[in-house]
Amino acid sequence: MNYEAGKYDVVVIGAGHAGCEAALASARMGCSTLLVTLSVENIALMPCNPSIGGPAKAQLVREIDALGGEMGINIDKANIQIRLINTGKGPAVQSLRAQADKHEYGREMIKTILGQKGLHLLMAEVEEIETVDEKVNAIVTRTGARYQCQNVVITTGTYLKGRIIAGEVMYDGGPGNQFPAVKLADSLRAMGIRLGRFKTGTPPRVDRKSVNFSKTIEMPGDIQPWRFSYISPQPVREQLSCWLTHSTPETHRIVMDNIERAPLFTGVIKGKGPRYCPSFEDKVVRFAHKSSHQLFIEPEGRDTDEMYIQGLNTSLPEDVQVQVLHSIPGMEEVRMIRTGYAIEYDYVIPSQAKLSLESKMVEGLFTAGQINGTSGYEEAAAQGLIAGINAALKVQAREPFILKRSEAYIGVMIDDLITKESDEPYRLLTSRAEYRLLLRQDNADLRLTEKGRQIGLVDDFRWAIFTEKKKSLAEGTHLLHKTTFTPADKDVDKYLTSKEGAPLRDKTSLWEMLRRTEVKIEDYLNQGWLPPFQPEILEQMEIQAKYEGYINKQQEQVQRFERMESKRIPEDIDYNQVYSLSNESVQRLNEIRPQSLGHASRIAGVSPADINILLIYLAKRRN
Amino acid sequence: MFREDIAALSTPPGEGGIGIIRVSGKGIIDKISKIFIPFSAQEIGQRRGFSLNLGWIIDDDGSKVDEVLLGIMRAPHSYTGEDVIEINCHGGSMPIRRCLQRCLDVGIKLAEPGEFTKRAYLNGRLDLTQAEAVIDIIRAKTDRGLKLAVQQLEGPSHFIAEIEDQLLRVNAMLEASLDFPEEVGDLDYAETKAILLTIKKLMDKLIRAGQRSEIYRDGLKAVICGKPNVGKSSLLNALVKKEKAIVTEIPGTTRDVVEDYINIRGIPVRIMDTAGIRQTEDIVEKIGVEKTREVIEQADLILFVLDAGTGIDKEDMDIFQEVDQSRLIVMVNKEDLERKEISEEKLAELFRDIPVIRASVQKSIGIEALEEAVESRVIQGMLPGDGMEIMINLRQKNALIRSREQVESALITLGQVPLDCLGVDIGGALETMGEISGRTLKDEVIDRIFHDFCIGK
Ligand SMILES: Cc1cc2nc3c(=O)[nH]c(=O)nc-3n(C[C@H](O)[C@H](O)[C@H](O)COP(=O)(O)OP(=O)(O)OC[C@H]3O[C@@H](n4cnc5c(N)ncnc54)[C@H](O)[C@@H]3O)c2cc1C
Ligand SMILES: Nc1nc2c(ncn2[C@@H]2O[C@H](COP(=O)(O)OP(=O)(O)OP(=O)(O)O)[C@@H](O)[C@H]2O)c(=O)[nH]1
Ligand SMILES: [Mg+2]
Repeated sequence: MNYEAGKYDVVVIGAGHAGCEAALASARMGCSTLLVTLSVENIALMPCNPSIGGPAKAQLVREIDALGGEMGINIDKANIQIRLINTGKGPAVQSLRAQADKHEYGREMIKTILGQKGLHLLMAEVEEIETVDEKVNAIVTRTGARYQCQNVVITTGTYLKGRIIAGEVMYDGGPGNQFPAVKLADSLRAMGIRLGRFKTGTPPRVDRKSVNFSKTIEMPGDIQPWRFSYISPQPVREQLSCWLTHSTPETHRIVMDNIERAPLFTGVIKGKGPRYCPSFEDKVVRFAHKSSHQLFIEPEGRDTDEMYIQGLNTSLPEDVQVQVLHSIPGMEEVRMIRTGYAIEYDYVIPSQAKLSLESKMVEGLFTAGQINGTSGYEEAAAQGLIAGINAALKVQAREPFILKRSEAYIGVMIDDLITKESDEPYRLLTSRAEYRLLLRQDNADLRLTEKGRQIGLVDDFRWAIFTEKKKSLAEGTHLLHKTTFTPADKDVDKYLTSKEGAPLRDKTSLWEMLRRTEVKIEDYLNQGWLPPFQPEILEQMEIQAKYEGYINKQQEQVQRFERMESKRIPEDIDYNQVYSLSNESVQRLNEIRPQSLGHASRIAGVSPADINILLIYLAKRRN
Repeated sequence: MFREDIAALSTPPGEGGIGIIRVSGKGIIDKISKIFIPFSAQEIGQRRGFSLNLGWIIDDDGSKVDEVLLGIMRAPHSYTGEDVIEINCHGGSMPIRRCLQRCLDVGIKLAEPGEFTKRAYLNGRLDLTQAEAVIDIIRAKTDRGLKLAVQQLEGPSHFIAEIEDQLLRVNAMLEASLDFPEEVGDLDYAETKAILLTIKKLMDKLIRAGQRSEIYRDGLKAVICGKPNVGKSSLLNALVKKEKAIVTEIPGTTRDVVEDYINIRGIPVRIMDTAGIRQTEDIVEKIGVEKTREVIEQADLILFVLDAGTGIDKEDMDIFQEVDQSRLIVMVNKEDLERKEISEEKLAELFRDIPVIRASVQKSIGIEALEEAVESRVIQGMLPGDGMEIMINLRQKNALIRSREQVESALITLGQVPLDCLGVDIGGALETMGEISGRTLKDEVIDRIFHDFCIGK
């Protein structure tokens, strides 16, 4: 028997990385919000690698932060190590990466959720979403509670019809031996939503006390204290190390000897797994000529001895996993705490959503995170934030919030998800972004904080820090442009000679001089040419000056891109009525229902001729 | 509504005569005035709509490309509703293409198929009821154009495929090192440089082949030269199969350039007979000789005629020294004469790598051999040994040239700028290449990364 349990503006199903952001955003925007999850202990769980950030992902975290999301702040509270990677490769791809303390990460997130005004937490399994006239009306839990709501954000990750596989052992389950969600998948199917099936996997965990670290290489964190969030306090914590080891020919022999017991090769696993995160057995088979693969041993937290083996993700039988571990230098006598496994799960084919992440079919139904066929904590969190914002905006009868490909990695990701069909879990890469030089982790706040403020997610504290930074940046930039030297200035001449640079030829500003590779902005401070500024301001000015040429080039490309993006296609367009479109196009356009001509042009199967025809059709319609 | 200025040939390029280049867009008057010098004192910027202006299209060094008649139609009273200029060229298909190239040089883009009509419609210049007819045109032109382009590419497709493949490879190397630093490590600069150089070489080759395919489309300029009375005019007449030029036994008969169009084994040839070159005091003949020199300078191919009866003398040798030997075919005429003064040894010694044909125009001997020599000169001779039977059109050539610019820029900046900046050029080169085959190559980079590298921690 169901009972009436309450009424909310927005209900978020799932408290993973997507769900937490969605619920917090919705509540912070003033909507009464219910967050339902299978297990309160496992809120913001990291079922796989204990790490956040890296190329493209760090940019995402910064963007989430700039918009007023939680992930950046939370990882700053709960890390054991943060490093800046890709340092020599340019400002666009430099990115922070943190090793997370998994337990602390979850605990900190629970605190924030419970402390959030307007947000209620509920431990339950949602089994059904009720609709009326293709509009969301209520959700029902396994225990019979019925909550009325017009907007639901589903962020159930890998739980839908989850199935765990390790060698010959198989059972229905969610990650980390939790329950799978079976009924909810059926409820979605019943609404006419198409689901697909993907696979992912995780490595075994071992006991720190049984590792012989003398046979491994220590990888310490950076001395410099980094932080993800623009508003976190300066970090002061001790950094823990990771360790590097590698597989051996013996390891590979063990894998090959047991390959007929590997579910990946016996056909047991049908879901498609991500190529960027292959299982170890896959690597051994596909790259047979490599006699060794890198493996990182990473602590799962400060208060645990569990260690994660990065690179050893596998669904081989448990006895083989133990043999494999013992063949690795430093792990000859290691004790396994958790077995590695693969998980297959249902996901919602994402082209059924709009750019706002609302379903095209069912009004008020939003999906975000791994359920949309993505993978990764950061990808999930970013979608959760956008879905939460758009659910709240819908409650408030405001326009949906959509970021363009030229504005944010979030825009690139969602546009890709909705436009391009992918036959593997989607992960963001910097190479997916056309305007990478503009979408840097160092300028995410400059790109997005104002937007976050308009939405209502950027609070006064963040806003004050941001406006102060902008002011300071404007001052510094002005000074760099205003201060000029001539070839006659002895100081500069001496400085440039000491840097083995050519002498000045004409009157040159500090800004122009920064373009030279040998010139560093810190030198200006030492020379007394520039008063002190915050390190972030100096970094920002240096990047803007040094890469001005390339940045301008990309900005021109963006202008061209945005012209097509701004040509909107009305929602009620009937492609069957558009004269002379090719059949394939009509079908693809009907499926995706692009929101602009630019969007349409990215759909596979829509030709330049079709775009011209649409252009003409739209002009005709306007007349 | 449209920011770009566009230009296109609006008469089919072909048998010489008049051709029209149509230019449309907001900024065209400024741009065209950079390459047009009017005969009248008034700049075209000051002219009103519906004016005609005689003048010269000039090269970037100021030299004249062609004498043209320029029609200006100001917005909105034009076919497209924008400012439109029509350039009427006179000088045959080569000058038309040169004029079009000049338009592109000053930043006007080559129009898409059907683009003028599209603009006309969108700017409200065409009747609404015509809309669907217009769409048919665009559909047909674009799709057929694409198909044609693809068909045309059958020839060079393996070259294009090779360039694409190498570009994908180098892009994957770069992107993998950026997105998967821990697995892939740093970019291998030496290998990157080697690949970029390979790509550049392939592009050079294709672009050169493109120049040759222009010859197929637009004709080869061939000039007949030699000292007086060797039988130049006779040869012209034999080739065009009519009495086009006057033939007499008096040396110095021909005083001006006489020209006609013929077709040699499918290659359109603009053939020119000239005044015999010699020292002379005759004013008319002197001007003729000057003109001959000018024509030789611009020719793609030079048919150098000798007289078997007179032998090779100083006059012949002076001419031989003067002309570009790489464009030369030697024809020894009057082989029918009893007394021949030119020995095999002499020819072999003088014209080592140059094709030599022995002929008698009067007896119709050697004409076929000459045609063969012309053909093989076009197919192989101009591009020694690359054996590429390739047709690429101006659009493809432009894309190749733009892509090559980016490859060159990457070669210059390699090691000087960080990898993300390098990616702007390397990625740009790939994207521009994609315009040729109509593919979004960028999407294939990620597949390539997983193919070439062992990714995954
Ligand atoms: C075994 C494994 C290996 C992985 N490996 C990698 C990797 O190597 N690299 C990588 O980038 N990513 C990996 N991931 C993916 C990464 O963990 C996820 O992308 C990310 O956690 C997804 O976040 P989410 O918020 O979408 O879902 P989750 O974090 O999975 O959260 C789902 C939430 O929904 C709740 N829920 C589910 N169903 C219901 C229901 N019916 N009612 C109420 N609540 C419900 C659950 O309790 C949970 O809180 C892996 C995941 C797993 C499980
Ligand atoms: N025997 C012989 N006479 C030829 C042949 N070809 C041309 N002649 C003669 O050579 C003379 C010159 O011929 P043209 O064709 O006028 O020579 P040209 O080179 O044009 O002379 P200019 O215009 O004066 O420079 C004419 O009397 C021709 O009849 C040939 O193959 N054999
Ligand atoms: Mg003559």
